Amino acid sequence: MNAVYGPIIREGLWKNNPALVQLLGLCPLLAVSNTTINGLGLGLATILTLVASNGLVSLLRHQIPDEARLPVFMIIIASIVTIIELSMNAWFHELYLILGIFIPLIVTNCAIIGRVEAFAARNPVGPSIVDGLMMGLGFTAVLVLLGAMREVIGQGTLLSEAHLMFGESASQLTIVVFEEYRGFLMALLPPGAFIGLGLIVALKNAIDAKQSIKQVPVNSTTKPISA
Amino acid sequence: MTVLNTSILRVGLMLAIFAIVATSLVAITEDNTRDKIVENEKKTLLAAINALVDSNDYNNDIITDILILPKTKRLNTRENSIVYRARKDNQPIAAVFTTIAPNGYSGKIKLLIGVNYDGSLAGVRVISHKETPGLGDKIDLKKADWILQFNNLSLIVPVESKWKVKKDGGQFDQFTGATITPRAVVKAIKNALYFFEKNRDDLFKVIDE
Repeated sequence: MNAVYGPIIREGLWKNNPALVQLLGLCPLLAVSNTTINGLGLGLATILTLVASNGLVSLLRHQIPDEARLPVFMIIIASIVTIIELSMNAWFHELYLILGIFIPLIVTNCAIIGRVEAFAARNPVGPSIVDGLMMGLGFTAVLVLLGAMREVIGQGTLLSEAHLMFGESASQLTIVVFEEYRGFLMALLPPGAFIGLGLIVALKNAIDAKQSIKQVPVNSTTKPISA
Repeated sequence: MTVLNTSILRVGLMLAIFAIVATSLVAITEDNTRDKIVENEKKTLLAAINALVDSNDYNNDIITDILILPKTKRLNTRENSIVYRARKDNQPIAAVFTTIAPNGYSGKIKLLIGVNYDGSLAGVRVISHKETPGLGDKIDLKKADWILQFNNLSLIVPVESKWKVKKDGGQFDQFTGATITPRAVVKAIKNALYFFEKNRDDLFKVIDE
């Protein structure tokens, strides 16, 4: 079991993280990471879609004609996203009012078609679902981290508006990091997103480089990142 | 040639089947969720209205007691908008309608505004805006209480010359680093009050069925 799932977990969370290494799904990632809660919201919706689309494509992988796989993937992903959106609107309306704006954004997330094409189309259902979950978690982790960075620097708080997602009882979750903070607008605007993501990617590369030096002191080669 | 033809045919057929199945699933979901979504939206709308006009103050079905307003210059609406009318025992209580501040710092600011029959404000809420986070977005009740200061104000209180932000000699606070946004909102609210004053009786007119 671990021999199969271990690498998938490491790939999704770290080695092949969709946001830091594959650099996929940057459009929603950069747009929605201005607060921690926004990041978490988009992350959760992405996990759900990734797991569902990976699972379904893997299940149907022998039926999908190879020549026409991309349009079929698009049909499947778009349908899943629409069904999730409608169902949430009907049965989790409160949550929909918060996450609703993020859900159509997920269709623009190429991480999803990327995982379907690269993994689910040629692997059994179990590993595909785990891959979707891990890639989703890896994406969410970056979203939340970037959201937290931008929120702290931009407005001096953490987890503001948590009540929107977790109900009124969560409004005390908001942490004011800097009292009487005047705010640093750039962090909240698009440039802050690009710079923040760049810093996180740099940090990851630095950690990787340090580790590979430790392991192979003579022949240290850090893999270049391909976009 | 025949091999190619059959392969194209096969792929095309599979694609069609996938498209049909997927579309059917979406259609079935839509069908099953439609009523619930309409009901949810109604509830959300009612909650938004009741935030402005207390539900104990009226006893008509405010969601259906509506007036369709054509595009109106005073309100800066570009298309038809809806006026919700609150009545108690057929006496007009308040009207709730949308108005747009066209000159926000980054585009239009859409407001839901409730005006009591006597011309005083039942309340104002920002429905949508693209103002700068941390600066202009304090007009949103989620971020600050600023918008609540308009409750109960009218064209008489304060006097017209005070319907401005403080920087322009009026009585409303601007925000540090953001004057344009509150200025636009104050002006839009004032215009909406003028519109209401001028058209009050038409707004509450009952259209015979």
